[in-house]
Formats: sequence, C-alpha cells, structure tokens
Amino acid sequence: MMRKPDAANGSLLARDRDWHPKARTPAYKTSRLRSPSAAPLQFPTTLSEETGPVFGHDILGPLDHDLIRNFSTTGDTAIGPRMRVHGKLLDENGRGISGALIEVWQANAGGRYRHKNEGYLAPLDPNFGGCGRTISGPDGSYSFLTVKPAPYPWPNGPNSWRPAHIHFSVFGPSFAQRLITQMYFEGDPLIALCPIVGSIDNPDAIDALISDLDMDQSVPMDMLAYRFDIVLRGRNQTQFENRMEGL
Amino acid sequence: MEPPKLKESPSQTAGPYVHIGCTPSFTGITDVYPSDLGASLKTGPVEGTEIVLSGVIFDGNGDPVLDAMIEIWQPDAAGLFNAPSENRGDADPHFTGWGRCASDPETGEFRFDTVKPGQVPFGRDQMQAPHVCLWIVARGINIGLQTRAYFEDESAANATDPILCTIATPSSVDTLIAKVDGPNRYRFDIHLQGPRETVFFDM
Repeated sequence: MMRKPDAANGSLLARDRDWHPKARTPAYKTSRLRSPSAAPLQFPTTLSEETGPVFGHDILGPLDHDLIRNFSTTGDTAIGPRMRVHGKLLDENGRGISGALIEVWQANAGGRYRHKNEGYLAPLDPNFGGCGRTISGPDGSYSFLTVKPAPYPWPNGPNSWRPAHIHFSVFGPSFAQRLITQMYFEGDPLIALCPIVGSIDNPDAIDALISDLDMDQSVPMDMLAYRFDIVLRGRNQTQFENRMEGL
Repeated sequence: MEPPKLKESPSQTAGPYVHIGCTPSFTGITDVYPSDLGASLKTGPVEGTEIVLSGVIFDGNGDPVLDAMIEIWQPDAAGLFNAPSENRGDADPHFTGWGRCASDPETGEFRFDTVKPGQVPFGRDQMQAPHVCLWIVARGINIGLQTRAYFEDESAANATDPILCTIATPSSVDTLIAKVDGPNRYRFDIHLQGPRETVFFDM
C-alpha cells in the first residue's frame, strides 16, 4: 500500500545518547536507584512509535497559557517579575512543528511549588497555580505569560539549590518524540552548580536549555521576554522509499 | 542521508512536581483545566475487549516509585491508531489510544482502563504482537524511559514478534510480558534496576 507523503510519516532519527543526560548521574542522588543499568535497546521506530495522539485547540481555555492569571478566582494577578516566554518548536530537520501540546510547570516567585509533597518555607501565592499549556502555531511558535520563578533549595547535597527554571513537557506528532526538559535563564550563576543541569555532559547541550533575554518581545512598562526554542527528534527522509514501497 | 540540521533539546528530569503540569488535579489544582488530560482513553462505547493494565514501578532497592508519571500509546482493537498519520483505515472514534497516569502516592500503582490492542505491521510483510508502548518519567529519571507491554495470553504472536525475537535472553523477554491477573486484567510491573530489570528501548 502506498503511504501518504505526509510529513508525519517516516522513521525517526535515532537519539544522540551522548547529547542527552546519562541515566545514572551520581551527583544527582535520586538517579542512583532509578537508572537502568543496561543501555536501552536500539531499534528503528515502527508505526507504534511513529504515530501519536493529537490535541485539538478545543481543549484550551482562554487563560491556559497565562500563568499570571489562570489560577486566580478574584481577578488578582500572581506576584513576581512578569514575563513572556516564547519560542519555536522545531524538529531536527529544521521544520516548525505545528499543533503540538506544550505543558509547563514551575515554582512561584518565591521558589515554592503548589504541590502536596513540597514544604519549602517560602509562601504559596494565592493567585499562582504554576501550570500552563498551549498548542504550537502553524510555524511552531508558542508563547506563555508567567512570573519568573525563584531558585530554591532541595535535599540533594548539604546545600543544593536549583537555578530558576520552568519545566516543559512537549508532544510531537510521534510518541517517540515525547520529551520533558527544563528551561533556564541567561546569566543565572546557579546553572553551573546544579547536578541536574550537570547530568548533561556537553556544554553546548546545556546552552540549548538556557533561554535568552529578548528585549524585542518585551512589553515596555509591563514585562520582559525570554526566548526558548525547543527541538524534537527529526525524521529520516523517506519519501523516495515510500514511493518504492508503492511499486 | 541528509544530516540533521539541529540537535534535539536535551532531556531533563520531570522532577517531583511533574503532576502540577501534567496531572494537576492529582495534586489538588482542579480549577485551571476542566480535567487531567489522558485520564481516560475512552470517549464512548469502544470496540474490542476492554482490559485493565496496571503495575508498579520499583527502584533499585525494590521500593515502589511513588512519584512517577506513566503514559501509554497503543492502537485500537483492530490495530489502528487514532492519529492523523494513520492511513490504513479509520480507528475507533471512541478510543484515543493515549493515556496518562500518576503513580499512586502510597502504593506506587498505575492503572489504565483500556482495550486489548490489535496487531500492527512491522515493515511490509511482518506483524508485531499486540503491545502497548509506555513512557515513564519521574524524579531521578534523567531521560524518559520507553518500554513495551506485550500480553502473556498472546504467546503465538509473541513468539514471532520481530522485536521480541531479537532479544536473546528469555528472562529479558519476560520483563516485557504483562501477566494475566484475572479476567481481562493484566499486571505489568517495571523494575528500574536489579535482577529483573525491565528491558527499555531506544526507538
């Protein structure tokens, strides 16, 4: 059967496991007991990995992308430095990925998460939930409004602090493109000290997770902007092979 | 082949607070979204055999992982995916094929109410045994873990599955088999380390 020459078809490029963090990174203590000892078995993707769920714009509420306002029931806004986080979602082939669900979560401007397992002494903000989501536009662009999260201490070493960060969960069209990562902020001195950042060996890979201050997208007298582009796995160029299959 | 133009964004752990972003009602954030995405794979009456797939993820000490998030992706009972790129036919419109579940904070159990998947082709002239793809993230997991749950009562199909057949050690294959755990119930425990370490894939 001839397959549609659809951009969402075709096998995915293999992951570069040296670019990603290793499973076991002892400086990040929790990884010691939660890292498989065997390397994952490599196979080319099959239909099971090349397909994936689709999310329609109908799931989005009008404030889903606006963490400054989406938790408040009173119309008050969240406390902290107001900012826009935006960028493009691309694949390794350099093509924008449209229609992808992007979910974010973060601590508030005091470094406190709204989570039942969290006990940091910084206070909750009654107007900040810390979650947001959007769907990438036709060219892969996305945008969130939020407040800048603060660094916070965590029980890893005797005095470990996470750099300010926002967690990103991203769906491409293929389940094998599924990715969770974290966005950091240009100029944060805690980045170099963090064992979670340090789970990545390659300094260029770490750079890829650091957002840049983007004055062009800032709003005067309102908010700064940070740019963070995200890249998901690309595809082998298979149109010729598909044509052969159809013969 | 053309080399990739860009590098994939490197993974980082989902951390202990993944629920805020992905299953917010699980941690008491119930007013931002109407419901947690992926909480149900069914949007109406589904075709095929409805099943429960459940299990626990264990760490290297044998302790249950209480703060993981698990996602599954699978075809419908006829082997068709509810995906835009599915071009072999129309999948069951009431079955999304995608589920998301947080581990139970006390027992570590995850559970999906789903359907027994049909078979999916492998290349042009082979078929894969029925299977569910899983993706696991948690604090301490630096890059999401991919694995597959096959079914104990599909031994004939499993014996010719092109992926399972490349795994030489029977005990390793066994880590990928969900065990019958009652009528239409399957148990798929996942071991991150140790003698029963689950086979994970880089696919």
